Amino acid sequence: MTIDQTSLDLKVGLEIHQQLATKSKLFCNCSCEEAQKYDQSFVRKLRPTHSELGAYDPAAMFEFSKMRTVEYHTAFRSSCLVEADEEPPHDVSPEALETALIFSLALHSNVMDEIHVMRKLVIDGSNTTGFQRTMLVASGGHLEVAGKKVGVQSICLEEDAAKLMGEERGIRKFGLDRLGVPLVEVALAPISGKPDEIMQVALTLGRLLRASKRVARGLGSIRQDVNVSVQNGAVVEIKGVQRLDLLVKVIEHEIRRQHGLIVIAEKLKESKVDVSKIGDKIEDVTDILSKAQSKVAKKIVDNGGLFRALRIPGFAGMIGFEPYPDIRIGKELGKLVRFYNLEGVFHSDELPNYGITEIEIAAIKSRLQVGESDAFVIVGGPKDNVGFASDAIIRRLQAGINGVPAETRAATPEGKTVFLRPRPGAARMYPETDIPTISVTESMFKAAEDKVPRSWDEIVDSLAKKYGLNKKLASQIFDSDYLGVFEEIAGKTKVQPTFVASKLIEDITSLQRTGLDPSLLLDDMIKDVFVRLDAGKIAKESVITIFGKVMKNEAKTVDEAIVAAGVFSVSDEELGRGLDRIINGNIAVVKEKGIGALSTLMGRAMAEYRGKVDGQKISAILKDKLQNLVK
Amino acid sequence: MAHDSGGYKGVGAKLLSKHDVSVGDSVTVSTEDGEMFGVLMPRYESASEDYIVIKLTSGYNTGIHTGKIKSMTKLPKRELPSVANPHEFAENKNLPKVALISTGGTIASKIDYRTGGVHSALSASELYQSVPELASHASIDPEVLLSEYSENLKPEHWTMIAEKISEKVNFAKYRGIVVSHGTDTMHYTAAALSFALQGLPIPVVLVGAQRSSDRPSSDAALNLLGATVFAAKAEYAGVFVAMHAGTSDDMIACHVATRVRKNHTSRRDAFESIDIGPVALVRNNSIEMQKSEITLAKRSGRNFVAKPKFDDRVVLLKYHPGFDPMMITHAAKTHRAIILEGTGLGHVSKECFPALKEAVGAGVMVCMTSQCIWGRVRMTVYNTGRDLLDIGVVPLSDMISETATVKAMWTLANSNDAKKSMQENLANEISASIPL
Repeated sequence: MTIDQTSLDLKVGLEIHQQLATKSKLFCNCSCEEAQKYDQSFVRKLRPTHSELGAYDPAAMFEFSKMRTVEYHTAFRSSCLVEADEEPPHDVSPEALETALIFSLALHSNVMDEIHVMRKLVIDGSNTTGFQRTMLVASGGHLEVAGKKVGVQSICLEEDAAKLMGEERGIRKFGLDRLGVPLVEVALAPISGKPDEIMQVALTLGRLLRASKRVARGLGSIRQDVNVSVQNGAVVEIKGVQRLDLLVKVIEHEIRRQHGLIVIAEKLKESKVDVSKIGDKIEDVTDILSKAQSKVAKKIVDNGGLFRALRIPGFAGMIGFEPYPDIRIGKELGKLVRFYNLEGVFHSDELPNYGITEIEIAAIKSRLQVGESDAFVIVGGPKDNVGFASDAIIRRLQAGINGVPAETRAATPEGKTVFLRPRPGAARMYPETDIPTISVTESMFKAAEDKVPRSWDEIVDSLAKKYGLNKKLASQIFDSDYLGVFEEIAGKTKVQPTFVASKLIEDITSLQRTGLDPSLLLDDMIKDVFVRLDAGKIAKESVITIFGKVMKNEAKTVDEAIVAAGVFSVSDEELGRGLDRIINGNIAVVKEKGIGALSTLMGRAMAEYRGKVDGQKISAILKDKLQNLVK
Repeated sequence: MAHDSGGYKGVGAKLLSKHDVSVGDSVTVSTEDGEMFGVLMPRYESASEDYIVIKLTSGYNTGIHTGKIKSMTKLPKRELPSVANPHEFAENKNLPKVALISTGGTIASKIDYRTGGVHSALSASELYQSVPELASHASIDPEVLLSEYSENLKPEHWTMIAEKISEKVNFAKYRGIVVSHGTDTMHYTAAALSFALQGLPIPVVLVGAQRSSDRPSSDAALNLLGATVFAAKAEYAGVFVAMHAGTSDDMIACHVATRVRKNHTSRRDAFESIDIGPVALVRNNSIEMQKSEITLAKRSGRNFVAKPKFDDRVVLLKYHPGFDPMMITHAAKTHRAIILEGTGLGHVSKECFPALKEAVGAGVMVCMTSQCIWGRVRMTVYNTGRDLLDIGVVPLSDMISETATVKAMWTLANSNDAKKSMQENLANEISASIPL
């Protein structure tokens, strides 16, 4: 089955979260730098807060149901009592607020008259408070992409969450260094178009933000969320697309998945399934499965868990039905129960399998009184988790008749999406009363207006002109993580800017393609290498060798890399003596060929000095020496 | 129809009244920049009058300048979906009964997400919903006595609280009493109750929260749970304060009420015992008694006497370099006792001597505590101390100055020999020895 994308009415809303490069965090004076190691830790328990309506936010309840204790790790300069939720937040960082205003003006957005800091409940432990502080700075506006206007919905300034370090036996561990780093969230209006056009939009927005020179660079400093919906579908929010090339894959996967679910829904409607009957009969089947040869079942029963079977009337063949390869409701259920830390979920369309045989199936069918047209689902694990998961399975299957359920999904590194949590409601926002509201004054406006960055094209043109780069290299340098260090080197040294740029773009990229890690190569090391080159202490050829040693983690400093690569610097005297030695060793050739011996001598000399001395320099000296000899 | 002003004044209030819009109404607001749709939110009293606040459908609040507003249209009220409570608790009548007296602060609260307001939740079922674990340790009988920020509490409120506790103790139904209290002056109230409620047969545990209970990270739930477990299960009687032992949510410290002090503006473990350690820790809902210099009274049917009167003509003066002795002279005119927070072992400058002599001569009780917080005053070591003793200043050993102030208010109302009473150990306010 192929999809006619134009008939699907694909709508994609992009939401970009960009870390800012401010001196301090959004609500305290701590540094935004990443901690190299953590000094202290403490544990907390979060609990959902109770709303007036007697309702808990579904996402919050969902998280609470699976989490007990959170362990936080802190480092000296990057966290204080504010991150530990032991001191009220300070005033909003003026630098961060100004940056948000600059972006708002650059995107022609309407800045709010008075900004209110809100608390958005997030009790997965990633915020010590149990909420994320966020404020709406502007709404409306547009971004120009290839002559077309893409609408802006909102621009918010918010605090980044703590960094998840891992989870062990139900205890989540977070590092507090990232908590409170300012983020600007730009939400674009849903647009129709092909996935690659949408990528162009993301690229343009990213460039506009970077043009301000006020944003953090490097992996994880910009994160894209996408909302994808197809005709007759619901909005699905996909979190954590870290790279732009993944965006296209994720959208394409989501189109297939959502359209597939719509096809399934149509089939369910055709067969007149009554969704209110889903789970009308639920039985404990632990005794049946404890006798099965299934490893999964055995593990669950041995750990004191139970199995519950749910009757799904009218669903025979529907749970395993695949309109597209790998797209089926059964798979969605598998991901859904993982949320409750469960792995044991089986449905009738995939059995017998996994060590569950006809014998157990017959016993379950008879206990549940499953008819020909009915399906069943079995879920196993600890009692409480199974209870929550059974409810979630019933709700998910009921939603099946409407096609695509509104939910939050996560992007996988392969460009697929998996269920993350239900979509949170507006119920999870309430005012942050610790921080006074901010009136946006004329003087704040004026200051921001003067700092609105030029367009990407203008900046790239001026980069090209200033440093004598071609436009392609200029745009590559601008889009890379190395713009800052490039400008510094170009300003500080006499090394040709084109050479510097090509090393930073082409060499690092080619090393990265061989699997080396560019994050090991710090800006200070890059600067150091070019300063040494400028001083004639290393040769041009050594630059890539040194980068390679560092990126391979064979050296932690430039000095170490030079030793490891054997590219010691050679003084002019030493070089002169060495070249004399080579000439004397090949004096027969010199006598025979005269000046023509240069290429032979050059070969010998380069064998000895490659990477240590610039080839052109050797050639010049050799030539000089030969001419003196043969005169 | 009367408008709920919702904190709006001046221009904002006029505009809302003109358009017949009240807090909680759904409105469309047209401005120069376009239309905004949302629910009108209340405004803090102290904030500028020139803005109205709406909660947008995205959940964000935003302030709109009244000068920009062209028109406002009230929309029909939408019915909010009612949601069944996720937890229903059957009260276990076999559990120990614990009375919970609320005096302020929001130990349990719920948020109105439409307006962002926080309200206290104090019916038993609401309490169990906020802190479900409570239901497995005690059967709670809640009562709201006061709703005050603790900085507004006065000695007359201590009297009220003491009388209420006394009533509950005499009812003899409760295994223990928990008093929820704002943290700022909780240690003053705790000390006051220690003197006012003599021979308590059960534990009375004061508890508060450093993070309000409308936050998922609030310490209120664990503090309340720890206080309740101690009130229901401890073998000891008396007045205690139960708060976080550290920054982690794993341990509650129970302090002797006359020895505890709020030592941090915002940390969860702000409350510390001075000169001794906490007498008990509550970890995983079980009580771990700590080694202590203090011998706690056991639960019993001892002769319980309530003496809930206080005389508030007492002042606490902190000495500092450059201190004006006239402060003592002024204080002596309208007060019956002056508690000095002197330097080091219990000193004030010799410039203060004439004023002190005059005060003591006029019958004012002058007592000495130390601003060092930890340690005992010893006024025989230096000449200054000896001179002060000669003048008639009463040394108060290692009594903390806040407790000394409260005790003076109580002794003046209840003792014939206030000076003698001040130096007697009535409620563990003085240590015979301070551990290293």
